[in-house]
Amino acid sequence: METVRLNDIKVSDKPEGLEGAGFFATSLEKAVGLARKNSIWPLPFATSCCGIEFMATMGAHYDLARFGSERLSFSPRQADLLMVMGTIAKKMGPVLRQVYEQMAEPRWVLSVGACASSGGIFDTYSVLQGIDRIIPVDVYVPGCPPRPEQIIDGIMKIQHLVETESLRRRESPEYKALLNSYGIE
Amino acid sequence: MDQQHLIDYLPIFLMFLVAVGFVGLTMASTHLLGPKRKTKIKLDSFECGIEQKGNARVPFSIKYFLVAILFVLFDVEVIFMYPWAVLFKELGLAGFIEMVVFISLLLVGFFYIIKKGALKWE
Repeated sequence: METVRLNDIKVSDKPEGLEGAGFFATSLEKAVGLARKNSIWPLPFATSCCGIEFMATMGAHYDLARFGSERLSFSPRQADLLMVMGTIAKKMGPVLRQVYEQMAEPRWVLSVGACASSGGIFDTYSVLQGIDRIIPVDVYVPGCPPRPEQIIDGIMKIQHLVETESLRRRESPEYKALLNSYGIE
Repeated sequence: MDQQHLIDYLPIFLMFLVAVGFVGLTMASTHLLGPKRKTKIKLDSFECGIEQKGNARVPFSIKYFLVAILFVLFDVEVIFMYPWAVLFKELGLAGFIEMVVFISLLLVGFFYIIKKGALKWE
């Protein structure tokens, strides 16, 4: 068995801040952003083949655990990131919306694959033409289905959003207006 | 126990204090600092996204209990048959007779519950 060398362990860079002998000072926002970024708990909402790609992403080869996201949450209460992977039929719409609404703040949404992002090839009466018709989406991953590398790229984009988000954003009137535009309180 | 002896335990006491304090502080601060949005839908119980209907605490028929208990009883009986089946040849006729006695005892009980109507659902 290959042994893990100390150099192989990736340590996050410290955020910008004031440094001196024996102390380091930064803003709370940056410290919280760093912690949140590297401990995102995803809630997989896998309905079709993109879900299979997600399984590969979680597997040993692609290993999403490297990004601090190995702990999947199947309850929205503890989840930070809603990963919608697959075709969302119109009947599934209210369920997805309910799951999103029951997630704890702050919450992010990753739309994986053509179907979740735009309905994909299913341009029919029964399929929701993109989940952004019912819930706000932060990052879209194109592909039919996207390769695990693309999903990881989407996660990294989410990580960037998480890291740079202002702590007051979720209380801001702009955010409330955004939710209200989706009919969410 | 002399006074000097008790003083030796002070670091352990302090460690406990720090451990409890850290847990309390982090839990309190995350609740105070974290963003919250309490809406009716969010505070509803989570039913995998499906709207909840009714209450989980409803009375249900005692029949379920009776059937479950009887199932466990006769399930255990079948478990006893496995080792007998494995050692069927070694145990020979003596084992067979013992098993017949065991099964017939249980069969008496089985006919008793059928006569009593325990398995009658309606």
